[in-house]
Amino acid sequence: MQTGSPKSHTEYDVIVVGSGAGGGMAAYQLSINGLKVLLLEAGRSYDPVRETPMFKLPREAPLRGAGGREKPFGYYDATVDGGWEVPGEPYTNAPGTDFRWWRSRMLGGRTNHWGRISLRMGEYDFKPKTRDGLGADWPLEYKDLAPYYDKTEMLIGVYGGDDDLENTPRSSPGVLQPAPAPRVVELLAKKHAAPMGIPVIPAHLAIMTQRQDADVLPKKLHPGNKLAQRVLAESMRSRQACFYATPCGSGCSIKANFQSTTVLIPPALATGNVDVVPDAMVREVTVDKNGRATGVHYIDKRTRTDHHVKARVVVLAASAAETARILLNSKSNQFPQGLSNSSGLVGKYLMDTVGAGIGGEIPALEGLPPYNNEGASGMHMYIPWWLYKEQLGGKLGFARGYHVEFGGGRGMPGNGSFNFLEGKTEGAYGTKYKEAARRYYGSSVWFDGRGEMIPNEQSFCEIDPETVDQWGIPVLRFHWKWSDHELKQAVHMQQTFAQIIEAMGGKVNGKPATDGTQAIAKGGQIIHEVGTCRMGTDAKSSVLNEYCQSWDVKNLFVTDGAPFVSNADKNPTLSILALAWRTTDHILDQLNKREIG
Amino acid sequence: MRDDETKHGVGRRDAIKGMAAAIALPMLGTTEQTAVPPVAPPAVPHAAPTPLVQLTRGVPRGDAWDPDMQHPSKDWPRKLTTAEMTTLAALADMIIPKDAHSPSASTVGAHLYINEHVSAPGASYERDLVRVRGGVSWINLESEKRFSTPFAKCSLEQKTAICDDICYLPKAKEEFKAGARFFSLVRNLVGTAFYTTDAGMKDVGFVGNVALPKWELPPAEIRAKLGI
Repeated sequence: MQTGSPKSHTEYDVIVVGSGAGGGMAAYQLSINGLKVLLLEAGRSYDPVRETPMFKLPREAPLRGAGGREKPFGYYDATVDGGWEVPGEPYTNAPGTDFRWWRSRMLGGRTNHWGRISLRMGEYDFKPKTRDGLGADWPLEYKDLAPYYDKTEMLIGVYGGDDDLENTPRSSPGVLQPAPAPRVVELLAKKHAAPMGIPVIPAHLAIMTQRQDADVLPKKLHPGNKLAQRVLAESMRSRQACFYATPCGSGCSIKANFQSTTVLIPPALATGNVDVVPDAMVREVTVDKNGRATGVHYIDKRTRTDHHVKARVVVLAASAAETARILLNSKSNQFPQGLSNSSGLVGKYLMDTVGAGIGGEIPALEGLPPYNNEGASGMHMYIPWWLYKEQLGGKLGFARGYHVEFGGGRGMPGNGSFNFLEGKTEGAYGTKYKEAARRYYGSSVWFDGRGEMIPNEQSFCEIDPETVDQWGIPVLRFHWKWSDHELKQAVHMQQTFAQIIEAMGGKVNGKPATDGTQAIAKGGQIIHEVGTCRMGTDAKSSVLNEYCQSWDVKNLFVTDGAPFVSNADKNPTLSILALAWRTTDHILDQLNKREIG
Repeated sequence: MRDDETKHGVGRRDAIKGMAAAIALPMLGTTEQTAVPPVAPPAVPHAAPTPLVQLTRGVPRGDAWDPDMQHPSKDWPRKLTTAEMTTLAALADMIIPKDAHSPSASTVGAHLYINEHVSAPGASYERDLVRVRGGVSWINLESEKRFSTPFAKCSLEQKTAICDDICYLPKAKEEFKAGARFFSLVRNLVGTAFYTTDAGMKDVGFVGNVALPKWELPPAEIRAKLGI
């Protein structure tokens, strides 16, 4: 991507910190409306069109593509300079906490490798406290965000169905692209889950099954804005539809799925209004004597020198935890607790998604004739939460729901794909091993629950007083605790999945847990951390207002997962994008009215 | 020469060392002699260029955190000796022999992959190196004890007699537990090596990694069989 020193403008209208979902959307929306934007990214520049290892086979990679600490999701995963550890950039855990903090230090951040699952939050999800008395309500409702969901889905390209289930909103007509036909395992699960009262419906993923209409959509999304229409049409014409091969997690050189680096940053750059500076590690937001943001300090990682850049507005989109870190490190005499922290809530109410799963072997899938099972890489069908009434009636013992991601069948053989044969055959080798490989290949299935965590007082991040990273910036220390709601939910997941596998005539691998601590993933492991700068209706009980605008610093905004008040089971990226769009509309409005800047 | 090669001379030197080792051992190398057989490029519809945007190439550093995924490199120095590789090739072919469907494991270089694995940097690979080295030594001592010949030179019946004793840890006798742990690791490495090659993927009937114009329902024959 076009990068370099910020030389074309000594002062910008807006500085955006972070280039993932929230930062990419902010830079795009603000630049198409004529604002001069400086986009700062803590990682290197990255271009999926040239760099994505399309069609590469495991055998071409070291160790047949195995993962490791440097590439936790495998050699070909799009993430570079990221993972659970980043060299030279540690974080710490309070005693008793084992939180895992995923970072992607690269242009586009996590959008390069994410799962593309794009589920809308529903009416209940914005008002959870009103519904069951737990957690907190959002200061906005579903209907406030619904138009932005529609527009975001049209902008990035999302496939899905039009089922209209409880708290599982459908999109407006014509917004979504058709979902791809189901795979074998998806059809089999649907057949056997239906009698159990469990719905299996088309999933919503940010993957294009057809090309976008570049003559119609830009006019619809940006009425009256010729610059926006021109750059978006150009961008849409450069994108291809999915061709059902090579994994999304490695990125997509034909731009069939959503990555900030293929969908948002190129048209933003095409406006001529954006400078991108990679390798720029932001450490502090600066303020004037009136307490308004004036710009940011960043360390240029290549020269290890500190720089100060100025703007009328600052937008933080560095990821929930990193944004909290920047604010907490922005201490001054005016703001001794850190910036935008008069409530003391920056870093508080950190949430992740509850994760638990189980697998099984399905005899009906053994020995089937060869067929292509790849599809759109991610799931074509999924199970939305279906027990709202039972839950509200107190019959489940936990307050919030989960959705189910599942799959299986004849995937591309990779590292360890046949390790299960040893146990399955009790030690076969020779001709028997080869026969077993033919018979059992493609007969495995997996189910993973993704559930809502209720925010709690024991889960938060703060500045570790004793540790700095290699740039001299104080690091985060995490505190984490699951409540019984999450632990019981994880047990419910495994037991339900075991029942589905058995209904499919299969055998469950291992035993479903009865103790939630045995089933649940560690905090952070699902990589959906949100919270830390919750929005709300007043400055005492929240950090931001409903437009993700700081109560304390009027020209400071946050467009990543930090503003989330709750963490519905719906994967957060789509909501981050929609909220970021809504926030930029507010920024433009406030600038026009001279309320800020 | 690629830019990153000039920048990362250490990697290239290792590659040259690896080539020298391969030349010195023409019969049974300790490294793969050619990186990857050329694969016919699939028909990929290219993304149309976006002329408004000047994309400057993001440059991978070429280390483990930021590897050049378009040009994968696995040229770390190999640790196993020729004699160890001979034993492992024989054992790999006991696990995956040639049959009517596909060739044997050593034919597609499974023993070379074992060497790649146990020579790799990192604590888990170093643990596996000890297990493989110890296992190779053990299996040769065992075959010398039983048949007065190293494992690779045993007859099929003799090799089978040893493998039967170590092929499944839960059922192995006390004195064969260490051998069974070694066999388990080698079986998994051989399975990974073999089924990630063209021959192995074809054997199990993997279909994919090709661009499709449209995604269809599963074949009617399969839907009928499963009642879906």
